[in-house]
Amino acid sequence: MNPATEILVSDAPFDPDEALSAFRARHKGAGAIVSFIGDVRGEGGDVESLTLDHYPGFTEVEIEKIARAARQRWPLLGISIVHRVGEMAPGEPIVFVAAAAAHRRAAFDSVAFLMDYLKSQAPFWKKETRNGATKWIEPRTEDFADKARWDRDGE
Amino acid sequence: MTTRLLFFGALKEAAGANQRLIALPRHVDNVEALIAWLGESDEPLGQALSAPAIRIAVDQRMAARDEKIGGAREIAFMPPFSGG
Repeated sequence: MNPATEILVSDAPFDPDEALSAFRARHKGAGAIVSFIGDVRGEGGDVESLTLDHYPGFTEVEIEKIARAARQRWPLLGISIVHRVGEMAPGEPIVFVAAAAAHRRAAFDSVAFLMDYLKSQAPFWKKETRNGATKWIEPRTEDFADKARWDRDGE
Repeated sequence: MTTRLLFFGALKEAAGANQRLIALPRHVDNVEALIAWLGESDEPLGQALSAPAIRIAVDQRMAARDEKIGGAREIAFMPPFSGG
C-alpha cells in the first residue's frame, strides 16, 4: 500500500473531526484538503440501527484498489478512508474520506470518486433495523449511476 | 481437504449460517459446479447463489463462475455491495 494512503475499517465508533485534524497535520504543505463524512440517516426516527458487515482482509484490499485508482487518476498527496462496521445508531458517522492535493480540483474530484466507488465497489453489506424489523439493504440504482459517471467523463 | 464457504448479507439467511466447512467432491471443479452441487441438497440456496448479481471470491480474489476451485481454502458468496 502507498504510504500516503490510510485505510481503516473499524468496528468501534470513530471521531471524524479527529480523523480530519490528524489528516491535515500529516499533509501540512498540501494546499488543498477535501473531506466527506457519511452519517447514519435516522429518517425521522424510523431507523433504529444500521449494521454493517464486511469480509475481513478482502474488504481492505478492495478499498486499496479503489484508492489506487484515485491515485492513478489525480495527482494526490494523500488519502484517508475510515469505514465503520458493526452496529451503529442514527447520527453516528459511518464513513470518512479525505484527500490532499496541491490544487482543489484533484482533491474535490477524488473524494467524490472515492465515495461513489465505496458505495458499490467495496465489500460491505448493510442491515437496517426499522420499527423492530431487520432487513438487508440493496444498493440504490443511483449508486451505480454515480459510479458510471466517472466512466463517461474519462480522463 | 476442507474448504470454507462464506455467505454474506442476505445469503447468510439462505445458507442458514455465515460459514460452512465442506469437503469438495472431486467432480465439483469450478464455482458453477459448486453452486449446482449445493443446490442439489438445498434448492433455494442454489437459486440464491445462481443470481447473476452474486459475486464470488476464491481465496480472497474475485472469481468468475467458470473459475477452477481445486485446492481452494475459502470461497465467498457476496450479494451486491452497499458501503458508505
